[in-house]
Amino acid sequence: MAETTLEAAHSSEAHEKMGFWRAYLFSVDHKVIGKQYLFLGLFMGFVGVFLSYVFRWQLAWPGSSVPLWGKVTAPQYYEVVTMHGTIMVFFVAMPVLLGAFGNFLIPLMVGARDMAFPRLNMASFWTIFVGSVLLLISFFVPGGGSHAGWTNYVPLSDASKYLPGNYWGGNLWLIALAIDFASVLMGGINFLTTAIAMRAPGMTIWRMPLLVWQELVASVLFMLSVGPLIAGVVMLLCDRMVGTGFFLPEKGADPLLWQHLFWFFGHPEVYVVAMPGLGIVQEILPVFSRKPIFGYRMIVWAVIVAGILSFTVWAHHMFVSGMNPVLAEPFSVTTIAISIPFAVMLFAMIATLWRGQITFSTPMLFALGALANFILGGVTGIPLGTNASDIYLHDTYFVIAHFHNTLVPTAIIAGFGGIYYWFPKMFGRMMNETLGKIHFIFTWVGFNMVFIPLFLIGIGGGQRRIYMSSVYTYYKPLQPLHVIATIGLLIIIAGQIPFLINFFMSMFRGAKAPANPWNATTLEWATDSPPPHENFHTIPTVVRGPYDYSLPGMQQDWAPQAASVQAGAAQG
Amino acid sequence: MANSAVEIGISHAPHEVETSFEIGKLGMWVFLAGETMLFGGLMCVFVLEWIYHGGWGADGAHVNWPLGAINTFVLFTSSLTAALAQGAARVHDSARAKRYLSAAALLGVLFLIIKAFEYAGDYHEGFTPLAALFWSFYYLMTGLHVLHLLGGIVVMFGLALMVNPRTPASWLERKLKYICLYWYFVETVWILLFALVYLAPAAG
Repeated sequence: MAETTLEAAHSSEAHEKMGFWRAYLFSVDHKVIGKQYLFLGLFMGFVGVFLSYVFRWQLAWPGSSVPLWGKVTAPQYYEVVTMHGTIMVFFVAMPVLLGAFGNFLIPLMVGARDMAFPRLNMASFWTIFVGSVLLLISFFVPGGGSHAGWTNYVPLSDASKYLPGNYWGGNLWLIALAIDFASVLMGGINFLTTAIAMRAPGMTIWRMPLLVWQELVASVLFMLSVGPLIAGVVMLLCDRMVGTGFFLPEKGADPLLWQHLFWFFGHPEVYVVAMPGLGIVQEILPVFSRKPIFGYRMIVWAVIVAGILSFTVWAHHMFVSGMNPVLAEPFSVTTIAISIPFAVMLFAMIATLWRGQITFSTPMLFALGALANFILGGVTGIPLGTNASDIYLHDTYFVIAHFHNTLVPTAIIAGFGGIYYWFPKMFGRMMNETLGKIHFIFTWVGFNMVFIPLFLIGIGGGQRRIYMSSVYTYYKPLQPLHVIATIGLLIIIAGQIPFLINFFMSMFRGAKAPANPWNATTLEWATDSPPPHENFHTIPTVVRGPYDYSLPGMQQDWAPQAASVQAGAAQG
Repeated sequence: MANSAVEIGISHAPHEVETSFEIGKLGMWVFLAGETMLFGGLMCVFVLEWIYHGGWGADGAHVNWPLGAINTFVLFTSSLTAALAQGAARVHDSARAKRYLSAAALLGVLFLIIKAFEYAGDYHEGFTPLAALFWSFYYLMTGLHVLHLLGGIVVMFGLALMVNPRTPASWLERKLKYICLYWYFVETVWILLFALVYLAPAAG
């Protein structure tokens, strides 16, 4: 399929003379594409956070005028809620965790010169770029963006009579999503092929860093779960634009079908996002504890088992949907079962810290923050996965708080940790530690200030998707908690200012980064910062596993995976 | 950015490691795994709605299965010629490989022509995509298959045009391996569709 593109991409003479467009915009270099994904994800992230600011303001002070937006109307409320969810999951978490970190790190970590199919890789970025643009355009079409919620349930999203005036917003939502899926599929083909077939000599699968493992499993999950939803998206587009009735009960179809298709993808999707995030945490923890990761193989098996189980849990999103209640029992059991491999992973991560020499650098702070909140997210998943308690908690703010405590630690907090950790490798300069720590404190404290109140609101019976909570008397006692949560969000937003200053100032003015600023062992630190065009001057030979820190009888407390670096370091 | 890798004159083979995987083939298999879930998901949905409906009844009885059977034969023959093209490339006979490859693509075109007549016939009898849920599924599933076929035909004709007497046999063999893998997949999908969307509903 793309063999010629490989040959073309690797004829480096052509690369020497390429201009700005080929070098930075239509580049086939995985490092440039990774950075493009990072910038796209950050930009969409700020759009998504702005939307959350609009609806959180409305939730705290219903009916008041939101600064920079104005009064929020009911359709606008549903628009910003829908678009916040869609953007954050499909256009922030996936581009950053898979697109940016996966692209940038997989070839470097396995010791390859580039991805297997560089042009496919470039096409993948520009595909998701088009999808993002379409989704942003949908804000400005008549009727605004989709109002149907990020899960886009039918029949609400199906026929225009239920959401009059939202015709193009809903269509563009579906089209943007299909394009996004196509892009991640292309990326997944590259990730799998590269990590399976292009590893450096000595890089056996049991020497691959955990992040590579997790990106691999995440790609497999995505590729095997998204197909039915792509079919569902096409069917729903046909319903909306052609007039078929794939999901319409009045035409004899079963509306629950959409929920099955959505969650058959949607639940593995949660792990598609969570696993690379946990992978980042697992890369950072050993480096700043100066200890090998605890139970490397056990973590890998836990990831694989969790991946397999993730295909058997989807209907726990549908306990109150009217599906056969007998089905709820097996899905409760599988859902409780999937917490076992994740508990294994979390205990392994905590055990890695045990008696380590911990340095509280910015990446480590973000990794620890992510770990702490992911535990909270995991534990609160148990009452939601259990049929009996879920019937009470379903569609309350408890679900929102649980969901954000799983995805924000992995996608956003761990993602920030990854940015601080690999920034020297990406841009060849160090980031400012003080600004980084301020960023961490604001983000982490603000995050918990938002979502711990939301747990309480949910337990108190506060329903989600309510535009004007002030009209319900039962909501009155819960209202102060909404105010606390919104203040938490404002703290988070304030905390991103030092990040932006740090990110862009360090990119141009930061101190020059050495090849291996953290004394880390994995292969990406065995090459220059930033890496040369084809990553390695000579492809390294891997002689050991990825987390050999503080081995007894060694002069230095880290043993690089690459043989050549080890020899060089031993002299110094 | 100075390319010091060039200065020190190292090899630029993309995969310098002796892994036993052929990356193009592996990439194609991964792609087909995703495709399997796409068609597999659709087929599962079709069967579930079928059960939900308690059969397709009169709608399904009108499906034009004789034309579908002829098309199955055409696609089988196309796969045979594709396999013969692979065999010819293996013994370094590029000219013969080119002829067989063109034949495979032309048989694909024949399939599309027959399919077009079938669609037109169904449509004129009033079985439009909006006629009933069965026909919505019928057009969606066969239409998606036609799109896959169309992509394969374009690539096969493109490859056949690129073959000339100077074409390296190993290059052609490799390319044929990837496109034929895809072509056999599309054919397998058709066999399942033929059983599911033609034979079973026609049998009641």
